[in-house]
Amino acid sequence: MDVMYILWLRQIRRYRRSGSRVLGTLGQPILLLLALGYGIGAIYRRAGEGNYLQFLVPGIITQTVLLSGIFWGIIILQDKRFGFLSEMLVAPVSRAKILLGSAAGGATVSIFQGILVFTMSLIFGFRPHSWSLVPPAFLVLVLMCLALACFGAGIASMVEDFQGFQGINNLMVTPLFFLSGALYPLNNIPTILKVISTINPVSYMVDALRYFLSNQSHFGITKDLIVMAITFVVCLFFAVNRFNRIQM
Amino acid sequence: MVKSIIIGAKDVTKRFGNIVAVDNISFEVEKGEIFAFLGPNGAGKSTTIKMLTTMLRPTGGKLTLAGHDVTKERDSARKAFGIVFQDPSLDEELTAYENMALHATLYGVPQERQRPRIQELLELVELWNRQASYVKTFSGGMRRRLEIARGLIHEPRILFLDEPTLGLDTQTRNLMWDYVEKLSHEKGMTIFFTTHYLEEAEAVAERIAIIDHGNIVATGTTAQLCKQTGTKTLEEAYLKLTGETLRDESGEGNDGLNFKMALRNRRLR
Repeated sequence: MDVMYILWLRQIRRYRRSGSRVLGTLGQPILLLLALGYGIGAIYRRAGEGNYLQFLVPGIITQTVLLSGIFWGIIILQDKRFGFLSEMLVAPVSRAKILLGSAAGGATVSIFQGILVFTMSLIFGFRPHSWSLVPPAFLVLVLMCLALACFGAGIASMVEDFQGFQGINNLMVTPLFFLSGALYPLNNIPTILKVISTINPVSYMVDALRYFLSNQSHFGITKDLIVMAITFVVCLFFAVNRFNRIQM
Repeated sequence: MVKSIIIGAKDVTKRFGNIVAVDNISFEVEKGEIFAFLGPNGAGKSTTIKMLTTMLRPTGGKLTLAGHDVTKERDSARKAFGIVFQDPSLDEELTAYENMALHATLYGVPQERQRPRIQELLELVELWNRQASYVKTFSGGMRRRLEIARGLIHEPRILFLDEPTLGLDTQTRNLMWDYVEKLSHEKGMTIFFTTHYLEEAEAVAERIAIIDHGNIVATGTTAQLCKQTGTKTLEEAYLKLTGETLRDESGEGNDGLNFKMALRNRRLR
């Protein structure tokens, strides 16, 4: 436990000391809230769909933790490239412990970022449907962050350089976000888009968060939670498996 | 006094695909000895160190550290040694103290013993007054000293130093070898190091092994190696033992880094 705690603490310390990381992942949500929340909000209302900001904020929170989870993976890549990983891997500690302690730290950072975006959205005019449903929304956030931190760690274990990581980011993270129903309702969209959104696990994360925060749901909360739980287990397995294969 | 073997390698081989990096080597290091492992680039030094320090699994053979088989009792073997890697391995975003404490926790040093131990070691390498500074503000020499201090926190019986003086100035190098000799003489710690500076090996090492093309070509004290090759200094002895191959390789436009080329040259001979 001590070992996991110190590795968790290392991630938290690094986050606290890196102002650019805080700003870097917060810039985009602010932009999206402004440009989409206010820009598209007017048309959305005219189309009879109600308040767009209420719809959008869970999507933006998801995008933030998605990015934060992937960015976290960069630390593993740095450790691999700049030697600190060797120090950890020759220690008399199992790799699973090293990975899980660090990933818990990465997830904690994401949770914090998600809360930050939530707080910011209040300033922009977002109001949760019911404050009593904010705690379960928080639990959904935690599960999401854990799954995505594992996903980021698994990807980082496979990639050898920062350029490759950038490629993964463009090729996977951006589509996962844009094709998830984070930005638009999944009713009445073309079939192809609907099919993609249905197989995209991020859709269910957005949907669960939206259920608790805005009282709107496409798939239904039971289905959301089941898919999220499966996603978490798959990501965890993926991360442990990839991390174990790292060769020094 | 009965001599006891603390590092043992028996018939150790490491293959990467068709390339044999380490070819059936055996050697022993006695407890408390300062042992130098020398050889040209690509000779198999780093591969051997990586196998000894559990980073790579040998393809065949047996390696023991302080009586523990490195593949079967990995965690016990890991607790028995400290290592200073060839490449830097500190977390630059953490302070010197935090790097030390992280290492101490990874190696299961109890919380209450950590602080005095870290202070003692940071004082030894003259970094205690910088304990709260981020490692990213440290010079190359300070980082090396910190890495040595870190490798000693869990009181290992063996210290591996993989080219520890690479890129350090003369003052830091002298200081570093002073610490190392002190550790060996006062604490009976076994030191296993690699270097390209032969004068360091000659000055510090009690025994030397020379590896080339994955084979150990000679083992002994400096005097024994000189006698064996009929030379006067370790450098001459070293060049006599390994020089021929370098000439072969340079004739082929090879820098000595290529295993395949080296192996082919050997087969041709």
